[in-house]
Amino acid sequence: MTGFILSKAVRAFAVLFSTALFVFVVLRFSGDPAERMLGEFATPEAQAAFRTLWGLDKSIPEQFLIYLQHAIQGDFGKSFADGRDVFDIITQSIPKTLTVSVSAFIIAILLGIPAGIVAAIRRDSAIDRLVMATAVLGHSIPMFLVGLIFIFIFAVWLRVLPSSGSSTWRHAILPIATFALYNAASISRFARATLIEVLEQPYIAAARGDGIPPSEIILRHALPNAAIPLVTMLGILATSLLGGTVLVETVFAWTGIGAQFVRAVGQGDLNVVQAMILVFTVFVVMINLTVEILYAFLNPKIRSQQ
Amino acid sequence: MMAQSASPTRSKRSFTSIFRLPVGILLCATWIAVILIVAIFAHWLAPFDYTQQAPLTRFAPPLKLSNHLLGTDFLGRDLLSNLLAATQTTLMVALIGGTISAIVGTSLGFLSAHFGGWVDNLVMGIADAMASVPFMIIALGVLAVFGSSPLLFVLLMGVFNWWRYARLARGLVLGANADGYAEAARIVGVPSLRIYLRHILPNIAGPLVVQFTLNFPEIVLMESGLSFLGVGIKPPAISLGLMISYGTSYFAIAWWLVALPGLVLVLTTLSISLLGDYLRDRLDARLR
Repeated sequence: MTGFILSKAVRAFAVLFSTALFVFVVLRFSGDPAERMLGEFATPEAQAAFRTLWGLDKSIPEQFLIYLQHAIQGDFGKSFADGRDVFDIITQSIPKTLTVSVSAFIIAILLGIPAGIVAAIRRDSAIDRLVMATAVLGHSIPMFLVGLIFIFIFAVWLRVLPSSGSSTWRHAILPIATFALYNAASISRFARATLIEVLEQPYIAAARGDGIPPSEIILRHALPNAAIPLVTMLGILATSLLGGTVLVETVFAWTGIGAQFVRAVGQGDLNVVQAMILVFTVFVVMINLTVEILYAFLNPKIRSQQ
Repeated sequence: MMAQSASPTRSKRSFTSIFRLPVGILLCATWIAVILIVAIFAHWLAPFDYTQQAPLTRFAPPLKLSNHLLGTDFLGRDLLSNLLAATQTTLMVALIGGTISAIVGTSLGFLSAHFGGWVDNLVMGIADAMASVPFMIIALGVLAVFGSSPLLFVLLMGVFNWWRYARLARGLVLGANADGYAEAARIVGVPSLRIYLRHILPNIAGPLVVQFTLNFPEIVLMESGLSFLGVGIKPPAISLGLMISYGTSYFAIAWWLVALPGLVLVLTTLSISLLGDYLRDRLDARLR
């Protein structure tokens, strides 16, 4: 088991390293930073001074090694926009992002999985129709529009919650609600489909034939077998949460990493963009690693292969 | 007795099938047709130039002024004309982007299935990598590095989701290669390229078309998301996402600036994905 986790961890590290290299090379070849930052009318002397200052006069491999060395020490340079340390921007915004996305994810699971199970057991009931309708709508409404609708209802019309900002816990309610509902829709649809497929298996029919009570069939036989596809799906959803933070945080002016990333992209703040892409990659890699380790715990077959 | 007389022959069934469509699906198809006509003829249908400003008639609500049917925005521009132009841009971007990803993805899927070995590993490896990172992040990174331009933006929409076609086409071609007809064509000496294009492609087109209808709403949503964030379609061009983004600043005093483009967007994506789901259920069990 330790060897299994170790080999997965080594691969995760390789992915991270190659992403860092790829982003670095693309950024260096996309244009001369000296020209980009100083403008086209800068004197050659000023450009040369800028290059020496930021170490841009060295060869690309050398620059990459220096970048890596600094990055390991937590030094990602300074934001071009306001001169703040990129590391500070990131460490300040990550907790904000985690607050919203982790609580939204947990609420989405708590809402979505029971709804999906009930919909699968009672097909064509009111709950089943509701689950399917919400899921279809969830695929068609852009998340930022859901956020705007919530703002309209709760901030403009009822005036019970603040529309945007990130200073108090009350500001977190609407972004969490938007995010949670949106994801609960796809979780419930997937849970329903998976459970229906499991319930059609012969071993379920056999269990029914044995006279095992329905509740025990669901809990002891159907759910454990639906767990693996569900975990896969939750992993995919967890990574897609990262893409979602970008939209949700911008709509509600929640100063997490997603909104900061959008700001940096809009302003061409490449030091911030570069560091944040690495942060996003770390998240994706960690989520995938967790999912693979969870597989091994959930499925005795995978465990015994190692 | 009834059931017997009601079972027509196969040719009759396809002829009358349009009358047997569920009402919901007919509504979806009607909306898509309307929106397509709008997209093609936007310039002729629009009562005003969509960029024409009229500071004196700002924030007119829908149905208030007789010449501005859907009202005006914060610069006094006619909302209906803006909506028409925006729908056109959004659909064009999604159509071109969707077509590019369908062609690129399908071709790579064919290559993957034909050569196998390291080509297969490489293509499927890239597909896995792209599938695991949220495309929103990739797109924002690319737009940050290269700056936003209409061409780059459409190309970006073209690489979004190509891997779905690649995975699907690869699987279908591997299946078709094992089928009798491809084997027979190969034995009589038909060249590989011809087998793929003339024999296999028409046979596997169904699932690929279904995939297109399922992907289309996602591209529309991605486009409007990026435009909403201010890095997609840029003024003076206009798209549905950009209209909503403009409208958010005046949300509290002019709800229609967000509601109307939002409604068009949702109705369009909803119609296409319902139609896609319906086609998938009817035509193809492999995608379920």
